[in-house]
Amino acid sequence: MSDFFTLSVITATLATAIRFSVPYLLGALGETIGQRSGVLNLGVDGIMLLGAFGAYYTVLETDSHMLGIAVGIGVGLLMGVVYAVVTVYLQAEQGISGIGIFLFGLGFSDLLFQELVGTPKPIKPLPKLDQLPGVGGLFEPLAEIDYLGPLLFDHNLLTYLAFLLVPVVTWVLMKTTFGMNIRSVGENPQAADSLGVSVVRTRFFAILIGCSFAGLAGATLSLQLAIFQHNLTNGIGFIAVALVYFGAWQPRWVMAGALLYGLVTATRLKWQSLNIIPQNASDVAAMAPAIITILALVLLASRVRGPAALTKPFERH
Amino acid sequence: MKNIAGAIVPLGAAFLAFLFGAVMILALGANPIDGLAAMIDGAFGTGDRLAATAVRATPLLLVGAGITIAFRANVINIGGEGQIIAGALLSTAVALAIPDTPKIVLLPLVIVAGLVGGGVWGAIPGVLKAYASVNEILSTIMLNIVAIQLMNYLLRGPMIDPIEVGGSNIPQTERLTDNAALPTLIDGTRLHLGVPIAIVAAIIVYIILWRTPLGFRLRAVGHNPDAARAAGISVKKNIVTALGLSGALSGLAGVVLVFGSESLRLVTDGGAAGFTGSAGFNGIVAALFGALHPLWTIPSSFLFGSLLTGATELQRELQIPNSLAIALNGLIVMFVVSSGRARNWLNARLDRGTGFDTGADS
Repeated sequence: MSDFFTLSVITATLATAIRFSVPYLLGALGETIGQRSGVLNLGVDGIMLLGAFGAYYTVLETDSHMLGIAVGIGVGLLMGVVYAVVTVYLQAEQGISGIGIFLFGLGFSDLLFQELVGTPKPIKPLPKLDQLPGVGGLFEPLAEIDYLGPLLFDHNLLTYLAFLLVPVVTWVLMKTTFGMNIRSVGENPQAADSLGVSVVRTRFFAILIGCSFAGLAGATLSLQLAIFQHNLTNGIGFIAVALVYFGAWQPRWVMAGALLYGLVTATRLKWQSLNIIPQNASDVAAMAPAIITILALVLLASRVRGPAALTKPFERH
Repeated sequence: MKNIAGAIVPLGAAFLAFLFGAVMILALGANPIDGLAAMIDGAFGTGDRLAATAVRATPLLLVGAGITIAFRANVINIGGEGQIIAGALLSTAVALAIPDTPKIVLLPLVIVAGLVGGGVWGAIPGVLKAYASVNEILSTIMLNIVAIQLMNYLLRGPMIDPIEVGGSNIPQTERLTDNAALPTLIDGTRLHLGVPIAIVAAIIVYIILWRTPLGFRLRAVGHNPDAARAAGISVKKNIVTALGLSGALSGLAGVVLVFGSESLRLVTDGGAAGFTGSAGFNGIVAALFGALHPLWTIPSSFLFGSLLTGATELQRELQIPNSLAIALNGLIVMFVVSSGRARNWLNARLDRGTGFDTGADS
């Protein structure tokens, strides 16, 4: 245990935690937008898998991270169109349609991987801030600051982008007309409709944005790990959905939940690698966030109310 | 007339999904007709393959029959994976604890342990929903994670095969006692007792749902909780019952997966699907395709079982990755759940002139 409680190991663990939390955060932020408009998407994990493969394969073929990220987002948008058509136009049951999206993503990403790649090949790792071509030198002194450097200035750009998106999403939801429309169709679509807000169009775009976040979350995962394999996400997308409830539909609390998952994962892996705990104790530790989430849901359920029209298809009367 | 629409819609959904499958096979450079032939051959070609298909369908049927209970009571059970694992763990623990018990006693005990393990794992989200208003979709997902990690912990620790300790450390139990194995029904095939057990279970579910007061209450709660409450039915208790029964059947699927397997042991690859084969999700697909009717879920499960065994042959003969089957399952789910509007339209066409609205299924 004493190996762990040194400042450098703790900061390294925290830095890893921040990196681990990014796919959770992006997936959950996207889901927050969708749920605020009244649409539950349980298919985040499947979209993440497709986005992860799309980004991985693009980088494998072109060596361009920018292109990989764009493909990840694009795949998310495409799945968003599918999900929006299914849930908004065809008014399908949202919980079950999401499982359909998940199974499709799980199977299809593996199909493409086996067909196009076969055995896992590593790709070029994402550059950290101080490794960026051209401007990297500017950040080098920052990254070298004791403790604070690795914690704050030694991440890849996607990490900064994800955390930057927290205030951005909050601002869009709370301060813009589009955000107000999203919230109104999630609370009371009939009233919104009577005021001239198009429920269908608003939900459609909210889903598109949410799913593009999921695609980006997947891209982040495979690019951070610089690898793809069958079921790479291993349920991260499902946890992202739960984090939205955990965070009471508020981006900053959703972020807190994502950081919690990142922290637990980083800590138990670090403990395991330092031989502080055996692997099977690490399995027990891996239950902690799920149990904490359940307990949080128990405590929050009676106090926090979600969007009133969540999971309810809109029918004009 | 609504039965006609009820049959056309899932078949149409399956047709669209298979069309997509055919396009995929074409895109992967093979002939879809050859692909279909390979799949049919793989699923039904020999008696042995037919038996393998039935065995593959069994966990889907058990999970699916449970899903019909939950969905009829209007609770969504996404926790099949976790409930399968919970049932498998408890039944395996029983077989490990008292291996020398005669088969006539041990096998029923193992089955009961599976029902109890899965039932408890299902009832927990039921209690959380009924008494703490926790959304069951979320709690079942979280309990899946807990079950997976519990399995990993137990198979790397207390339940690990002693031979593995200090050796290759494969997280698996020792080979369990033959006294707990599900007996093979036809020599030379893999057909075991789990298959008829699952079919009987589905029939019992049908009887419970439509021929008993309990089933009436469950469906009443699912149909209109306010009316059920006004009629003196406890909505809370029935939510717990629905998820508990649903979980128990998934737990039984866990028993079948362990005690019907050739290796006769529980082994983990760290995730759920390595053990369950995603039956917790595929069972939902089978139940939906069977129109959430336990009896229709029997042929439906067999169909999806054949899709899985067929896909294995597809991979062997034409090198088409067998994950195609999972992708197709996902598409079928989406087509089926999206078809409500098509069904309504079809119903309206079929009923034109009768003046009766038959949109609501009971």
